[in-house]
Amino acid sequence: MNLGKQLKEGLLTQNPVLVQMLGLCSTMAITTSIMNGLGMGVSVLIILTAANVVISAIRKIVPDKIRIAMFIVVIAGFVTCVDLLLQAFVPAIAESLGVFIPLIVVNCIILGRAEAFSYKNGVGASFFDGIFQGLGYTLVLLAMCFIRELLGAGTLAGFRIIPEQFPIGILTLPVGGFLVLGFLIAAMQWALSKSKEGK
Amino acid sequence: MDQISRLLAITLAAILANNFIFSQFLGICPFLGVSKKVDTAVGMGFAVTFVMGLASAITWAVYNFILVPLDLEYMQTVAFILVIASLVQFIEMFLQKSMPSLYTALGVYLPLITTNCAVLGVALLNIQEGYNFIESVVYGITGGIGFLVAIVLFASIRERLVFAEYPKSFEGFPIALVTAGLMALAFMGFSGLVIW
Repeated sequence: MNLGKQLKEGLLTQNPVLVQMLGLCSTMAITTSIMNGLGMGVSVLIILTAANVVISAIRKIVPDKIRIAMFIVVIAGFVTCVDLLLQAFVPAIAESLGVFIPLIVVNCIILGRAEAFSYKNGVGASFFDGIFQGLGYTLVLLAMCFIRELLGAGTLAGFRIIPEQFPIGILTLPVGGFLVLGFLIAAMQWALSKSKEGK
Repeated sequence: MDQISRLLAITLAAILANNFIFSQFLGICPFLGVSKKVDTAVGMGFAVTFVMGLASAITWAVYNFILVPLDLEYMQTVAFILVIASLVQFIEMFLQKSMPSLYTALGVYLPLITTNCAVLGVALLNIQEGYNFIESVVYGITGGIGFLVAIVLFASIRERLVFAEYPKSFEGFPIALVTAGLMALAFMGFSGLVIW
């Protein structure tokens, strides 16, 4: 178990969104305000960590052939818990995330990590993998939200920063989601190729 | 008559104004992953349309005839994903036995449909919008057609992107996302199309 390496992979070199290209739907759909991004990021972080731990714990007793079905049942169970908790305690966020909370079930990040990491590694390593990959996802969401909310709506977490007549409204529309994510991934590829050249 | 105009409104919205890809962000993964060639894009589009239509019908029935009478509405996510996963598995076995040519054409894309969020998304949206059985099926099928239109258009643009010049950092996904963004801009033109 190598925590430093796992942390670096989760946040940068193996970032789930910018490098592995997983979970793109939710990344583009809900990143219109900081609060949405935070709610979604934390939900995925919790579900990913819990699912990673459980899948890693049962990995030796699950037959190979039905493992995907088992993963999906475990994940769907945790997603339902988080969905109900959000509806009970933060109904405003649950309302604005809407159908994308139950859709975490088919978010490729969670299934991808289950298949690629926690099915092959111990409980402890899987726990930290869940936290670091979840953090990487949350960071990207927050970066997208920051750009889209600040430039698109002129606010940050609801507070007005840029006067009402200036913001570029199109960034909060679906178009903005595609463009901002495209440019972020391009920036990431540029940074990774630079750091490779440096070595 | 009223019913027909409602269905027409659902159809237009699902294909153009509220396209699953360009305005609801559902099914982005296969949209980006399986759009390098037009042929495979067409195959994937039809497979998704078929599964979305069937899944809408079955999940609607499961929700209204099993979950509601038993007061188990909160189990919808688990129930729906199980229904969709077994449905896809069943279709795969059926095609393998009865239509082997179609089966080999679709290849690896069939099992991948299970984790396509457009399928689970349409099932959840049907319940959220309170559609009746016929409306659900129409919404599922036309949503799938919207996906088909989007992925085929996108694939044919992407085939030509090979000849375009762009910065090296944009290679692969970024240029595809920027292209999709411009297409979303074009599809925004349909958003005024809510007639009824």
